[in-house]
Amino acid sequence: MDWGALHTILGGVNKHSTSIGKIWLTVLFIFRIMILVVAAERVWGDEQDDFICNTLQPGCKNVCYDHFFPISHIRLWALQLIFVSTPALLVAMHVAYRRHEKKRQFRKGDQKCAYKDIEEIRKQRFRIEGSLWWTYTSSIFFRLVFEAVFMYAFYFMYDGFRMPRLMKCNAWPCPNTVDCFVSRPTEKTVFTIFMIAVSSICILLNVAELCYLLTKFFLRRSRKAANPKHHPNHENKEETKQNEMNELISDSCHNTVIGFSS
Amino acid sequence: MNWAGLYTVLSGVNRHSTSIGRIWLSVIFIFRIMVLVVAAESVWGDEKSAFTCNTQQPGCNSVCYDHFFPISHIRLWALQLILVTTPALLVAMHVAYQQHQEKKLLVLTGHADAKHMEEVKKHKMRISGSLWWTYVCSVVFRLLFEAVFMYIFYMLYPGYQMVRLVKCEAYPCPNTVDCFISRPTEKTIFTVFMLVTSSICIVLNMAELVYLVVQACARRGRHNSNPPSGKGSFYGHKLSSEYKQNEINQLLTEQDGSLKDMLRRNPDLQEKGDRCSAC
Repeated sequence: MDWGALHTILGGVNKHSTSIGKIWLTVLFIFRIMILVVAAERVWGDEQDDFICNTLQPGCKNVCYDHFFPISHIRLWALQLIFVSTPALLVAMHVAYRRHEKKRQFRKGDQKCAYKDIEEIRKQRFRIEGSLWWTYTSSIFFRLVFEAVFMYAFYFMYDGFRMPRLMKCNAWPCPNTVDCFVSRPTEKTVFTIFMIAVSSICILLNVAELCYLLTKFFLRRSRKAANPKHHPNHENKEETKQNEMNELISDSCHNTVIGFSS
Repeated sequence: MNWAGLYTVLSGVNRHSTSIGRIWLSVIFIFRIMVLVVAAESVWGDEKSAFTCNTQQPGCNSVCYDHFFPISHIRLWALQLILVTTPALLVAMHVAYQQHQEKKLLVLTGHADAKHMEEVKKHKMRISGSLWWTYVCSVVFRLLFEAVFMYIFYMLYPGYQMVRLVKCEAYPCPNTVDCFISRPTEKTIFTVFMLVTSSICIVLNMAELVYLVVQACARRGRHNSNPPSGKGSFYGHKLSSEYKQNEINQLLTEQDGSLKDMLRRNPDLQEKGDRCSAC
């Protein structure tokens, strides 16, 4: 179970995302996970071996390293990426639940849902409305929260985003104050800034997606509110009921069938 | 066979689990196995090479490391995850057995065409009858393994905390020697993280157990309330062919007993041979 498996799991969610959501997922996989795996892990690979302190006192290096790096950047980024990508699974679970309900209806021979076979239900793409809208919006909200929390944790732990070259350590058993030198500080700073920048882009994309969903929601609501006003006295009760039913049917069943392969 | 292989095997079980079971499986794979593979293994990677003792005595380093770390956290977690995920295979085996029985029934009743066979393979089994017992046992075993490993962790590494310094007196170390552990804070963070996810999994398993028990009681309550609604006396109803047919259908659903015996006892079943739509 590694990043490849996460990619497989989240690739399925892609089908039911908005366009901004798809861009976000691409940015996540290419500019964050891939960079982490192919580049950043090598830069931080020798972080402890090449952390050198100006002392022969055994144990001083270990203690100083532990004091200045309570948790390595790489691990923090790995945790951040895992936490940020998992809210999308809420959406996947909701979609799977809806599919299951549709399959049950289909098996019972319900006249409302006009599907040819179960394969069509499996391949269908659901519109983001109703309860799925709430699930999707919550997942974006959680993503934003996790991104912000991890960026703050980074800033708090490492006093900014710069990697210093030299650290002065006086933790026991180091004698008095000892100079300790970090390996590849400039390269680490470059990658830290890069990851922070991409994280900010992801935050912006999430905010944009949230705004887009809210706008769509309000537009749809105002369209629904505007429709009855056009024919206030021309319809009788039966026609109104039939229109409502037609709308419900078209909302829940008359969805675009997109033949994406998962 | 690695974690990916385990993932493939258990994804099949996912289909026949309850919703809580699926959430449990996702938590296991994403927050435990994946974190173990991509993060924790690199934290513990240099645990022995960077374990430094304040002595030049040869052998002291190895002996002290072995004394304080009889089994590494990483290996304990790997064992825990394997043992906790494998009871789900009991369910997979039982489902495979039931599917085999259903296929046999289809062959005997003359419905053995490709479409029906495919549906047997693809449809989701209801968790009732003997499958319910198997499922409940698997959840109980999961809980047991989780609890046992959490206890072992607590016994081996009291307080779940990784200390910076350990004092070692084992031969051949001269007197008492200070030994320093590499990355103790990062290790403590990950130990606590894995402990929290383990507790979440325990809670999910308990919730699933409660859900299954409640479901079984509700089903039993519904079953008890049905017979009185039939026509005629209770005994008259019991002897009626409808009641017999219901019993046969239930037996078919639960797949208890040998199929051949069933067919021998009720020869008219071969005509009404459509599989009960208990799915």
